[in-house]
Amino acid sequence: MIEIQNLTKVYGQIKAVNNISFTVEKGEILGFLGPNGAGKTTTMNIITGYIPSTEGTVKVNGYDIMEDPKEVKKRIGYMPEQPPLYMDMTVKDFLDFVSDLKMVDRKKKRSQISDIMELVKITHVKDRLIKNLSKGYKQRVGLAQALIGSPDVLILDEPTVGLDPVQIIEIRKLIKALGKEHTIILSSHILPEVSAVCERVVIINRGEIAAIDTPENLSKGLGTVSKLSVTIAGPRSSVIGHIKEIYGVKYVEASSQKDKDVFTYVVESDKDLDIRRPLFFAMAKAGYPILELKSIGMSLEDIFLQLTTEEKEVH
Amino acid sequence: MRAVFKRELMSYCYNPMAYILIGLFILLSSVFFVINLYGANGDFLWNLEMMRFILVFIIPILTMRILAEDRKTGTEVLLITSPVSLTGVVLGKFFAAFVVFLAMTVITFVYPIILVAFGASITPPLIGAYAGFILIGASLISVGVFASSLTENQVIAAVISFMSLLIIWVIEPIGYSLGGIFSTILNWLSVFSRYNDFAAGILNISSIVYLISFTAVFLFLTIRVIERRRWSQG
Repeated sequence: MIEIQNLTKVYGQIKAVNNISFTVEKGEILGFLGPNGAGKTTTMNIITGYIPSTEGTVKVNGYDIMEDPKEVKKRIGYMPEQPPLYMDMTVKDFLDFVSDLKMVDRKKKRSQISDIMELVKITHVKDRLIKNLSKGYKQRVGLAQALIGSPDVLILDEPTVGLDPVQIIEIRKLIKALGKEHTIILSSHILPEVSAVCERVVIINRGEIAAIDTPENLSKGLGTVSKLSVTIAGPRSSVIGHIKEIYGVKYVEASSQKDKDVFTYVVESDKDLDIRRPLFFAMAKAGYPILELKSIGMSLEDIFLQLTTEEKEVH
Repeated sequence: MRAVFKRELMSYCYNPMAYILIGLFILLSSVFFVINLYGANGDFLWNLEMMRFILVFIIPILTMRILAEDRKTGTEVLLITSPVSLTGVVLGKFFAAFVVFLAMTVITFVYPIILVAFGASITPPLIGAYAGFILIGASLISVGVFASSLTENQVIAAVISFMSLLIIWVIEPIGYSLGGIFSTILNWLSVFSRYNDFAAGILNISSIVYLISFTAVFLFLTIRVIERRRWSQG
């Protein structure tokens, strides 16, 4: 659906985007993750045709943004970080204008606008001036604007920035629902957002791609140890002694006390060794019941910090 | 282009600025008209000649926000990423401002009508003078649109276009004071002096072509400025 090849953007001396390549499949929700100033917005501006690239190509549905800008623009709905709204218009008039701008068929226009207003829940404010709306509603009108003309691709730059927690959850739900019919690229510097919504993540740092994978694979694929959190009833020193005897265990520590003689331990072992079974049998043999056992994957947060501070290449 | 034109015209309707400008224009032209009447002068051409100068003040304010505001509020992104050509956007905006200017001009038809009611007649010079006035207005609006594309600050845009229009205005007097060949060249270049042919009742094709080309050149420059900025920054 979207193919990006060797994309580079240079402003004077600065390389804002350096040789980025990735593809997005139809119907996929791709997260674009990176610290502020990493080049997320620049990349999105290039994909949508707002600014031209210095080098490299962007193709949407086979159309090149430089050669067939009109065909590409017809297929993309873009919501920039600052939603492009005319403050002196009412919500309805504004969406009507965007429909004309995107050359929506006159007959379909009215029903499409009311469907979209219903979807993003702005029907009750349709006759109000945009400048009088709250930030959350402006954001929704921004999203509605991107949806007009039912584009195949939605590009959302920091769609939840500046919203309150309830609104954030609503917008995320909406994006997930939209992902069923649209291909979505979503940028964010907020990690839980990306792991909650996206099927695949591109981590970008200083204009370069640091990693591309699913959130799960990213958390599995990194690091050299796997961690377990296990709660065991039994005297602490004896339990630690038994755990240390298991093959592959590198480190064990009691992290918190739950009750008298009930502790939660963090156990680190070699990455490719699953010690859950040996742990179970060892504890059963010693007569210390396991009350809780779960593996601690690396959170996206950890991965993100690791990738963006050490600049370690994963792919 | 139609969508941009419609929205821009709507924006003029919703904002008090256009009404204030139209009101100011009518007020000043009425003052000239009254002066005309006190001179017991049935000739409206002098009035139109004076009204040309009012445009130097009114058009910068009419056009100052037309592109600058889009850049400031970020709506430029919407215009550029939609499947409308940049030419369409600029033309749509230009024609919206032009229509507001036409509305102002049409209101002033009332003065010659009053004169006709008291015995004056509609002469070819009068019709010509109005045609010239409208074409000069279009040329000046294109300068205003161009100035608005240069900055995202509306006040700076207004100042730039006011200065430019003032320079365009003084070209003719400077030519006169220099005399000789300069006079001929500057007189030919001056947008305002093109009015004289029209007001004499002569439909001079070269004047019409000159004014329309003048407008087209500034609109073309506007498109180039926006296009160039797209390449140089994000």
